[in-house]
Amino acid sequence: MLRNRLGKWLLSWPPLVYLTLFFLIPTTIMFVAAFRNPGDYGGLAPMYNIEDGKLVWDLTLDNFSRLVEEPLYFELFLKSIGYAGLTTLLCVLLAYPLAWLIATTHKKWRDLLLLMVILPFWSNFLIRIYAWMIILGPQSAFTKAVNWVVTGLGFEPIQLLFTPIAVMIGMVYVHLPFMVLPLYANLEKHDMALLDAAQDLGASAWQRFWKITWPLSLPGVFAGSALVFIPALGMFAIPDILGGTDSILIGNLIKQQILDTRDWPFGSVLSIVLTGGVLLIAGLGALVARKGAKRG
Amino acid sequence: MAKKKSAWLKASAVLTYLFLYLPLFIVVLYSFNDSKLNAEWVGFTLDWYTKLFHNQKMLTAAGHSLIIGVVASFFATVFGTLAGIALHKYKLRLLPFLVLTPIAIPELLMGVSLVIFFVIVNQLIGILELGLVTIILSHIAFCIGFVAIVVRARMQGMDESLVEAARDLGASPFQAFRLVTLPVIMPGIIAGALMAFTLSIDDFVITFFTAGAGASTLPLEIYSMIKIAVTPEVNAVSSLLMLLTLALIVIASKVSPSALRGGN
Repeated sequence: MLRNRLGKWLLSWPPLVYLTLFFLIPTTIMFVAAFRNPGDYGGLAPMYNIEDGKLVWDLTLDNFSRLVEEPLYFELFLKSIGYAGLTTLLCVLLAYPLAWLIATTHKKWRDLLLLMVILPFWSNFLIRIYAWMIILGPQSAFTKAVNWVVTGLGFEPIQLLFTPIAVMIGMVYVHLPFMVLPLYANLEKHDMALLDAAQDLGASAWQRFWKITWPLSLPGVFAGSALVFIPALGMFAIPDILGGTDSILIGNLIKQQILDTRDWPFGSVLSIVLTGGVLLIAGLGALVARKGAKRG
Repeated sequence: MAKKKSAWLKASAVLTYLFLYLPLFIVVLYSFNDSKLNAEWVGFTLDWYTKLFHNQKMLTAAGHSLIIGVVASFFATVFGTLAGIALHKYKLRLLPFLVLTPIAIPELLMGVSLVIFFVIVNQLIGILELGLVTIILSHIAFCIGFVAIVVRARMQGMDESLVEAARDLGASPFQAFRLVTLPVIMPGIIAGALMAFTLSIDDFVITFFTAGAGASTLPLEIYSMIKIAVTPEVNAVSSLLMLLTLALIVIASKVSPSALRGGN
């Protein structure tokens, strides 16, 4: 019994201490920073002062009221949610047929097809974004082809790089594997006899999909959506590289507040709101998953 | 289960694979292109690679990335393995939260909290100035969870009776661990270590926040090249990085064929 406790102690304490030091405490400091005043030269002002030998706390809610009073920030949050939502939706649309194809392919080929989805994801994140800089650049064959069509239809030629279109393409490209994997994991378990039965009973292909496959696949769709939506919501590198001034998201504002303007309290407030959004989504996802599990 | 599949399903899958691979193919292709512009094919050259190997800043950054990757993945593997075993064996409250949350939240949030933390610690006691050390400490923190998940998965697949048998035959708990548990979960540990190394070498966001002016890594160098002046040198370094990752995956699949499937 004593030995058992010793083992538990030896195993769990090193990671526990490390993560407390370099995750829990920093996160706590960030939360507290939201209530502090900005320092004179950026960073943070002292949390308390000693006046007449008495300790006086210097905390404020100004950073939060700034967020509420300026509609620009609210709009930026909405915009970020919109971008993340559209990314998720496009990922579902692209990933579903592919996941279905892999799940219904002969066992022999499944692992290979799946590996082919994961493989590009292992190359550096920046490289994958950079690739789209080349493809969407003004002189690329792709942009020329698009503009050939666009001008052929009688419109002005368009720019692709440094626009919201480029940001969306980059977001979908980077997050797609996160949608394919959970969808595949779900679809693979479906009992194909259900579809055969439905067909025998006269259901059309669309009915078989909409009444059987789709409802059964919802846990996979939700899991994938959480995996795509959450990182997409906090993304700053893709808008930073592929986007223009009009495609800035909440992540870019946070990066700017923390590293450039060095207004840490306000940057912390924005980070907290982002954390709240993420927790909300994760909580909803867990709730839906539990419901789905009960039903299944 | 293989039945006739509609043509559009196959076509859409082919298009999706093209969407996934064409961009990377273009990056590699243009790394051999004898033109400063990534626009059209002019002719074959290795100039960009030669240039790359004479780019001192890039070489230093690559050296940093390597050091950070090795040190961070080593410690992340030690902590992550302990955590993975603990998560499997015991019902714990705080540890699962601390191990899994860094994986679940956007990287940006961890970058923000860590840079604030390091600067405050530096102001208070003068240690941990932003640079290589802070990057390494941060990388360990976000890699632990990934290692722990892979190791825990391996533990779940392990036959517990092996340990009981060793104990019945007189092995001490430590001996049973060293001679039975450890060899069995070793493929998981190696897969976790490789995963941590790749994550560390590849990381941009957290490094971007915790690097300060003191140190540059390969992704940071690539980032500033992309932002300032795009030349096919970026393609060359990208191609080499892809090759490295591919090599690591091949090693991982040789060491532990199940790791690739269990690692998602």
